[in-house]
Amino acid sequence: MLRYVVRRLLLLVPILLGVSLLIFFWIRALPGSPAESLLGERATPALVKAYREKYGLNKPIYRQYFSYLKTTVADHDLGVSVASHRTVTSEIKQRFPATVELAFAAMIFATFLGVPLGFFAAKRHGGFFDNGTLIGSLLGISIPIFFLAILLKYFFSVKWQLLPSVGRIDVTIDAEHPTNFYVLDAIITRDWSTLWDVIKHLILPAIALGSIPLAVITRITRASVLDVQNEDYVRTARAKGLSPRVVDRRHVLRNALLPISTIIGLQVGLLLSGAVLTETVFAWPGMGSWLRDAIFNRDYAVLQGGILFLAVVFVFVNLIVDISYAIINPRIRYS
Amino acid sequence: MSVAEIESHQLAHEAPSGGSLWHEAGHRLIRNPTAIIGMVLVSLFVIAAIFAPVIAPTGPLDQNLSLLKAGGIPPGPSIHHILGVDLLGRDVFTRILYGARYSLMIAVVSVTVGLSIGILLGSLAGYLGGAVDSTIMRLMDVMLAIPGLLFAIGIVAMLGPGLRQIMIAIGVVNIPIFARLLRGSILSQRENDFVLAAQSVGVKRRGILFSHILPNSISVVVVQGTLAMATAIVDVAALGFLGLGPQDPSTPEWGTMLTDVQSYLQAAPWLAIIPGAAIVVAVLGFNLIGDGLREALDPKLRTRG
Repeated sequence: MLRYVVRRLLLLVPILLGVSLLIFFWIRALPGSPAESLLGERATPALVKAYREKYGLNKPIYRQYFSYLKTTVADHDLGVSVASHRTVTSEIKQRFPATVELAFAAMIFATFLGVPLGFFAAKRHGGFFDNGTLIGSLLGISIPIFFLAILLKYFFSVKWQLLPSVGRIDVTIDAEHPTNFYVLDAIITRDWSTLWDVIKHLILPAIALGSIPLAVITRITRASVLDVQNEDYVRTARAKGLSPRVVDRRHVLRNALLPISTIIGLQVGLLLSGAVLTETVFAWPGMGSWLRDAIFNRDYAVLQGGILFLAVVFVFVNLIVDISYAIINPRIRYS
Repeated sequence: MSVAEIESHQLAHEAPSGGSLWHEAGHRLIRNPTAIIGMVLVSLFVIAAIFAPVIAPTGPLDQNLSLLKAGGIPPGPSIHHILGVDLLGRDVFTRILYGARYSLMIAVVSVTVGLSIGILLGSLAGYLGGAVDSTIMRLMDVMLAIPGLLFAIGIVAMLGPGLRQIMIAIGVVNIPIFARLLRGSILSQRENDFVLAAQSVGVKRRGILFSHILPNSISVVVVQGTLAMATAIVDVAALGFLGLGPQDPSTPEWGTMLTDVQSYLQAAPWLAIIPGAAIVVAVLGFNLIGDGLREALDPKLRTRG
């Protein structure tokens, strides 16, 4: 197991170097010189000169790459946002928890609804419920996230006024945020009315962002349960007289969950992409809406740092998914 | 019925009707009700795109501000404007029809770009192996390490917003998906006996690739290509919605049409619902066909029902 983990970690090195190279050349391909595009409208000759020295922009290109690597990796310096005049690192610290909280809520919604739906669809294979679930999941993967988000906002916020439509928390609430995960913060500070408000703000964005994972998880669970149901060990369990519920729980569901766990991990990339759209519709102050604004402000330091950061997160999440899969399923390790 | 009887029954049921893999698959496809619904939806979409100027009652840019009610609120669907008019008094039905042109064109071009470069890289990697393989595939890994839409946004930020730029961005995002798929398929095809047979009678490497391996790998590409059309239409609309699409706000692109209407949700909800529904119809169509094709081409899935 340890050898597998070490091997996978070593494989990460070329990928991360590749991503950094890609972003390094991306900055150079942006309109204007790298120093000017990273500084934006603040680009006074003195600042440009200071930037050129910091990143060694007058040196040969490979030296430039190494100083870029040094500033980002060793000094954790991703530059300063043109729009907010704050460092990109400090903004990530504030905004990343917002996106993680939203993505987490979306995954909880998708998993806790998708697994039972898929399971019962497979149990009633070919029936009305099964067909309904299949059609629903096809619709789920075909509705663009931002359209679903707009629909939810229209019905639940504008028309029926049940749930708030923008932000993470009511503007009139003055709560402490030690971790920036608002749900966690409210629990730590035992502020239950704030917790309720935060959860109400989470519901609509989480449903919008969770719609595609929900459809995928439902379909995979259904297919997986159908496969497992015909295995010999399930037949054996039934033959020795175990009650159907015990067979379902111990033999069918437990084995069927194996592929589902991978699928859940694979949705992370989609969640990060989807966050840009969901956060834009619901004015959610996370990484996604931040990157979207950065495009319009030509805030290249933010784009560069944000995309690099999310790519690194994505790569590591995929690694964790692969490793946990290898733990659950020993056959993977040796192939 | 015994197991043997059931199997022979199934075999008789699925006996090839004397045609090729594609002939068979075509037969299975037209017997699949969901695939047929998919084809109907996609046909509607393509017909709307091609015949927009013929079907549309007005021009896509024709404004008629006198239609607006007090406060600039557009009136809802009526006999004259079956899907209502937008904030500038333009006929929404007309703009949806013209929007189909943009979606179809961008999706076809970007999938073709991604597919052809992806196939080229994937077949090179899969067939040549060795250093070429690892170089290409590591590059693909790097491209896949950045979540799709973010990658596309990065490319558009570099090239500037616009239709052509969106096509390039979505095309590039598709490259590693096709490259990986084709490489995997070729690697498994390469081990087949018919490849060994061709090698032993002295067929050149290029000949083996083009006449034996690629034709057998192409079915996965066709399925993925159809599904990629669905994703491309969503991504085009998403980039348009984010304001990275055509910079002329009067362009009837579906995603762009959804951008400005959010503040009018209360007064004119159809302005958001109609372009959104158009996207869903087109995407659902391609997804249904893709699913049907996958079932029709995959003998393992066929028996599962």
